[in-house]
Amino acid sequence: MNAAVNSGAEGFLHRFDGLRARLPGTRMPWVQALREDAATRFRSAGFPTRRVEAWKYTDLRPVSDAGFDEALSILGDSADLPAPLCDRRAVFVDGRFREDASTLGSAEFAVDGLAQRLPQLEGRLGSLARPQEEPLVALNTMLFEDGLVVTVPAGVAGGLLELASFASGSERPAAFHPRHLIRLEAGASLTIVESARGPAETRYLHNPVFEIEVAEGATLTHTRVQQEGAKAFQLGTIYARVEAGGTYDNFTLNAGGRLVRNEIHVTLAGPRATCHMNGAQLLRHGQHADTTTFLDHAAPDCASRQTYKTVLSGKSRGVFQGKIHVHQVAQRTDGYQMNQALLLSPDAEIDSKPQLEIYADDVKCSHGATVGALDAEQLFYLRARGIPEEAARSMLVQAFLAEAIEGVADATSRAALEAAVSGWWEPAA
Amino acid sequence: MLKIEGLTAEVEGKPILKGIDLEVPDGEIHAIMGPNGSGKSTLSYVLAGRDGYEVTGGTAHFNGVDLLGLEPEERAAIGVFLAFQYPVELPGVGNANFLRTALNAQRRARGEGELDAMQFLKAARARLKELQMSEEMLKRGVNVGFSGGEKKRNEVLQMALLRPKLAILDETDSGLDIDALKIVADGVNALRAPEFSSLVITHYQRLLDYIVPDRVHVLMAGRIVKSGGPELAKELEATGYASVQAAA
Ligand SMILES: Nc1ncnc2c1ncn2[C@@H]1O[C@H](COP(=O)(O)OP(=O)(O)OP(=O)(O)O)[C@@H](O)[C@H]1O
Ligand SMILES: [Mg+2]
Repeated sequence: MNAAVNSGAEGFLHRFDGLRARLPGTRMPWVQALREDAATRFRSAGFPTRRVEAWKYTDLRPVSDAGFDEALSILGDSADLPAPLCDRRAVFVDGRFREDASTLGSAEFAVDGLAQRLPQLEGRLGSLARPQEEPLVALNTMLFEDGLVVTVPAGVAGGLLELASFASGSERPAAFHPRHLIRLEAGASLTIVESARGPAETRYLHNPVFEIEVAEGATLTHTRVQQEGAKAFQLGTIYARVEAGGTYDNFTLNAGGRLVRNEIHVTLAGPRATCHMNGAQLLRHGQHADTTTFLDHAAPDCASRQTYKTVLSGKSRGVFQGKIHVHQVAQRTDGYQMNQALLLSPDAEIDSKPQLEIYADDVKCSHGATVGALDAEQLFYLRARGIPEEAARSMLVQAFLAEAIEGVADATSRAALEAAVSGWWEPAA
Repeated sequence: MLKIEGLTAEVEGKPILKGIDLEVPDGEIHAIMGPNGSGKSTLSYVLAGRDGYEVTGGTAHFNGVDLLGLEPEERAAIGVFLAFQYPVELPGVGNANFLRTALNAQRRARGEGELDAMQFLKAARARLKELQMSEEMLKRGVNVGFSGGEKKRNEVLQMALLRPKLAILDETDSGLDIDALKIVADGVNALRAPEFSSLVITHYQRLLDYIVPDRVHVLMAGRIVKSGGPELAKELEATGYASVQAAA
């Protein structure tokens, strides 16, 4: 027998071969078909290289060169988990739903693990994700084991739900590929506060895919606090479709991980749908974080707002790519995109690529980008009042981020973001 | 309190201060007047320790301590305060947070206990009242959207809270209405004590009616060309700087 290949695309394909008969949905032909198609796609595409336009600034070789094993999902003492942010929390360990560690209580809507609900998900799972276009989504489709399934019925105010993802402290470098399905029926609302954490010493790959459906007049607020371990890779993709009068608000904080890609595809599919995509990236040492957004204005009278702020120190590298596509039918589109970066070190780098593609004629669309260092005059003003240099720098960095975070309306989300940001500070090199 | 000897400094390679000698004894208030561009703000920045204002010679001692060897925050902690001619806006930094952080940083550096949020608020409210400022000012970003006069008052508020030993006021009276001018003067006069001194930079005699200086110095082209009592300010108001230049 050949030695097992465990790195590169072959490593994952090899694992798929081995797990074929054990992955959830083995006896469901529609699941099998999804997985096989995705495997075929992933086999031919492999990991995207920098020659692929959408990956020009992010090199995935550190991921493809690393070897990964199957996740073991070891949950230590669940009492050691950080305190829940709200009453309802769904806990995932290495991408697997842990009902035992979750606090779901009873509510007007169900929160389930995907593996156990799989028989009812035909036609829903895979309805928005596009594995044919995104190799990492193909990877997820080929190997997903579990995920979160939430359906908020029409008119129900779902309140708050925490989605907490942990990587187990195992020695083995694990890869996991959860698939989360979130559906808000007409007029429903929900706030999801998502956190992702893991041990600092362990290398792992977290490759989540979200399929989010926001029906007419529904509102989903999705706050993401990414604090993966220092050696972790997080390559996540979100697909959201918003119908008439609906709202999808996403705020993503990228503070952890070694190499992170936060890719978001939003389709404003019905008139007067709204999307806010905001975020902050706090990067240091050799961290690399990439936020790539695709906003599809596919209906008239929709509005989208995007503001991303990146703070870079050390030798870190940040990427922001934002594409707004306004279809011909999407008259009276109001689109706005802003990307701002604060460079704290001469060795840090930010790449920014805004892209507008407009096929309608009555459209208001703007984008902008700024890159700067800390303002010397502001720094001196603070120091002249007795505030030591380090603290003064930290105050100015927090001020830079404050505007973005103050815009988050939900208090629980804001508190989670503020806690993550206030802990972030590194002395000047 | 403050003793400056033979101080020379340059900005971007250009000599601005060309040998300043100035002594401000404990408890005294000295005024500095002089034409635009003569180096008044440069002197105040050099004393506060701003980067880019390079000292090329001479010394400045504060109560015997070599001021020029200290970081800006260390100078603040030992009691040197500069009210900026152009106060800086800090969007995203709340005024209350700024004031409390500054006050506690100075107290910590001096080994004094820090004020908690309640104690700070009490102290800040009292000073606001004295300066006839609204509490609203605490909630806003530092100097953000403040009118010219409000910015100057905010400088005086900081001074009143931080209680420095040496206050350098760089044209704090410019842009103030008559009532505000009195309030600012009252703020300075309230600090008057045997261990408090002040260097008041101004273009106008009017301020000196309220803050009566012990000495008045005229700074021209980087040198102090004339010094005298309070009457010197009145003289300048009548004759302008040309007469000083001619005499110098
Ligand atoms: N950052 C700088 N770069 C270049 N030149 C400077 C800088 N700062 C000051 N100068 C120059 O130094 C000289 C003195 O400036 P300073 O601001 O000290 O004058 P001032 O006496 O305070 O004037 P004013 O009464 O207008 O406030 C001026 O010629 C000014 O142009
Ligand atoms: Mg000046």
